[in-house]
Amino acid sequence: MIEWLLALLQVTLFVIGAPLLVIWIKRVKCFLQNRRAPPLAQPYRDLGKLFRKQVVLAENASPLFRMAPYIVFSATVLAALTVPLVAIKLPTAAIADMLVLVGFLAIGRFFITLAGMDVGTAFGGMGSSREVSLSSLAEPAMLMVIFTLAMTAQSTNLSSVMQYLIDIGLVLRPSLLFALMGLLLVAVAETGRVPVDNPATHLELTMVHEAMILEYSGRHLALMEWAAYIKLMIFGALIVNIFFPWGLASHFTAGALALGFVAMVAKLLILGVVLAVAETTLAKMRVFRVPEYLNLAFLLALLGTLSHIILEVGV
Amino acid sequence: MALDFALAAVLAALLSSVVSIAAFSIPSVLRFLAFPLLGISGAIASVAGIVALVDAVPLFGSLPFGLPWLEWQLRLDVLSALFLLIIGIVTFAVAIFGPGYVREYEHGNHPLTQLGIFTGLFVAGMMLVVLANDAFLFMIAWELMSLSSYFLVVFNHEQAANRRAGFLYLLMAHVGGLAILLGFGVLASFGDGFSFDAMRAAQLSPLWASVAFSLGFIGFGMKAGLVPLHAWLPEAHPVAPSHISALMSGVMLKVAVYGFIRLTLDLIGNVQWSWGVVALLIGSISALLGVLYAMQQNDLKRLLAYSSIENIGIIFVGLGMSMVFLGSELPKLGAIALVAALFHTFNHAIFKSLLFLGAGNIVQRTREQNLERMGGLMTRLPYTGVFFLIGCMSISALPPFNGFASEWMTFQAALQATALQNGVLRALIPFTAAMLALTGALSIACFVKVYGIAFLGQPRSRRVRHARSTPIGIRVSQGLLAVMCLLAGVFPNTIVNLLDTIPHMFTETSLISATSRGWLWLTPVAPEVASYSAPLVLVGILGAWLLTWWLLHPRGPRAVRRGPPWDCGFGPLSPSMQYTSTSFAMPIRRIFESVWGFEEKIERQTDARGLQVTSISHHQHIYDRSWSTLYEPIGHWVLVLARRVSRLQQGNIRVYISYSFFTLLLLLWVIS
Repeated sequence: MIEWLLALLQVTLFVIGAPLLVIWIKRVKCFLQNRRAPPLAQPYRDLGKLFRKQVVLAENASPLFRMAPYIVFSATVLAALTVPLVAIKLPTAAIADMLVLVGFLAIGRFFITLAGMDVGTAFGGMGSSREVSLSSLAEPAMLMVIFTLAMTAQSTNLSSVMQYLIDIGLVLRPSLLFALMGLLLVAVAETGRVPVDNPATHLELTMVHEAMILEYSGRHLALMEWAAYIKLMIFGALIVNIFFPWGLASHFTAGALALGFVAMVAKLLILGVVLAVAETTLAKMRVFRVPEYLNLAFLLALLGTLSHIILEVGV
Repeated sequence: MALDFALAAVLAALLSSVVSIAAFSIPSVLRFLAFPLLGISGAIASVAGIVALVDAVPLFGSLPFGLPWLEWQLRLDVLSALFLLIIGIVTFAVAIFGPGYVREYEHGNHPLTQLGIFTGLFVAGMMLVVLANDAFLFMIAWELMSLSSYFLVVFNHEQAANRRAGFLYLLMAHVGGLAILLGFGVLASFGDGFSFDAMRAAQLSPLWASVAFSLGFIGFGMKAGLVPLHAWLPEAHPVAPSHISALMSGVMLKVAVYGFIRLTLDLIGNVQWSWGVVALLIGSISALLGVLYAMQQNDLKRLLAYSSIENIGIIFVGLGMSMVFLGSELPKLGAIALVAALFHTFNHAIFKSLLFLGAGNIVQRTREQNLERMGGLMTRLPYTGVFFLIGCMSISALPPFNGFASEWMTFQAALQATALQNGVLRALIPFTAAMLALTGALSIACFVKVYGIAFLGQPRSRRVRHARSTPIGIRVSQGLLAVMCLLAGVFPNTIVNLLDTIPHMFTETSLISATSRGWLWLTPVAPEVASYSAPLVLVGILGAWLLTWWLLHPRGPRAVRRGPPWDCGFGPLSPSMQYTSTSFAMPIRRIFESVWGFEEKIERQTDARGLQVTSISHHQHIYDRSWSTLYEPIGHWVLVLARRVSRLQQGNIRVYISYSFFTLLLLLWVIS
């Protein structure tokens, strides 16, 4: 029972804490660019304001348009439920493995792209078209990373994979190195950060995510934005907890959990700095350069798998 | 008893075919008699299939027809039972769909008699194929299936394109049939008899076994639509009436899969891993090319036909993997891959029929088959809109629908590749899994396009704008299949338990571990390796959804406000400003440029002074590369050869008599 409660607590932490990662990255970027940073509470204020506002719907919006934010949000929350943030071996991890996690993210994408096409504006269609094209390259790369991990740990269960990587300790494996690089590239693309997409812009030539949700307002928009924050947090948690699994609580004592929490915060803060530095130094790519970038991610992930099979199995 | 049921189903289908003759004078016979009989046939076949699957005891029988020394032998084992079930379910749904659909054909000069007769024969033929226990009956039933479906493909024979598609179908069906016949011939000559029992007992040398496998692979692969033998499929499936397309894509391709499994795993036996490699490679190429071509189609039914090629590819990847594992002495993994492939076969039958029936409804209501002229159908055909969405989600492999469950199992089998000894195989299987991952992601893109363009946005033509009302039968049939998509996805364990007896036929092993943790958890390899709980996923999604809705939905009179969409301040938006099907697929076309044969023409017209562009027209044509690389050269050489041979024809009676004379001499010499 306590385990289920902990799982619930963890997902609450995930959902509530997700905006903090975004604002942290923003603040570091502001610091690097000599700008004045918004306060830590800014994303919460934005969400709160959107929740209070009235929804303005396009005249010809179909019921799917109104359902989509709820589905996208719940699919993302469910995906967050399966990702260990502070502790592993939680019972929710058995409901869905890494492949199902990809499936959850795909549900979210399916509905956000459909919602983009619902009103029938050129922006929405453009955003949807770009999103499905880019993600159809990013998703296989992510699956290849998962295959590498699954074959290494002999399990597709995220919790078991992390347990396995904690157990073997710090060993430099080429396959994991390739997988990490692949996952980093995929994460940047999937969460719509610079250099693939820019969440801060509304420039029609470049935008992907913002174009799809252009017609949304009020609580619908808030849900879509929040889902995007959670998605960033999911990828962040995946990267730090798979490849740097130190500190994760594997039994449920107060001390272990506190250590897990502190370790998680520290790792995510560092990841945030890395992302902010990358976003400050890189320029946004042209849309049609992105496939090359994603091909690189796919290639790295494939190399990871192959190097695992060739170098690490049966030797 | 199950076998009697199965025969009763065949009889009902034949009866439906016979009563359709009356449609000459009374067109409504089709609606009131032929389709109900077909429905009865489907229902009985489903019952027979389920009973035989649960009992898991092979039943034998014979019919007093056929060769003097070989009556038609029948056998209903678990493999036949699964495919009988698939045929039954889809036939039942089609029979409910049919009456509302053919109603419009009753006015006008459509050959309804032809439709009724051949639909019945088609269904009966497919059922007999899976029941046959000797090569003779198998080939007769196979030909019955192929020929009757030819007449259904050319139903709308007024258009030359349809006649051409029908001819291509007939031609390739017969080349494939010939290959199957030769494959059986190899087995029959070793096994001394046409009955499957004799073939099973035959001891083949590895070389001859490979020959038989290759012939069967070509023959059944041609029927199933594997690349590069798929050319007939996207031509023939879309031109048939939609409920026939559902039967062809949903069921007939599965019958080919049945034939392949029966021939390779059962009759030849002793699977060699190299066969698995062939099936794996061809399967993954089919899957990837199928979805890439599907993505670029603007004709809704043609798109669905290409997507069938993709799914057949996925099924063959599963089968190939199973053969690799079986050939490498890993029966348990082989069983997992086989069950995954069979599960996907079942699922594809359900959701592809659902999508074709939905497409049929759209075509009937709007007279449009072109995606570029659709739009906004969600609010106009709400039932079809919801059911089609479920079909799209299933085929895009989104949890918790059925397509996801079977693809998940396929991936799980692929991830066990490290157990193989052979290093090349160990690398090959993850590579095909990568192709599969790419395929899956692209199929999401493809079906977002279909649904977004057809059902969302604003209508792009007048007839689509005025589409209204759907007959009740059409709703019910789609609803039935949609519910089955959800049920099969949420309770995969039930299905896996049922399918579990099939690998037992070939490998003496079964997947007890897959459902060992109860109905809630699917654990194909072992609980600690991977687990998936579809019911909990469904509960989780609905729970999170309701919770957010309950927390956020405003109480009181704060309703939403409706306003015009954002038009950048340039005045009202028109439907032509939306993204079209072609433009939606453009980024992917650009990324995978070299896959398609591609012609594009842009014409600009300017005003008299040449300063202002007055109109731009854009033509593009995408053609299948297999035509220019495979079919046209073959066609060319056949013509050249035929011209050579035609020199024999002198038109002179004396020459022909001398031909006969010399032939006679030769034969006498051979005999003596």
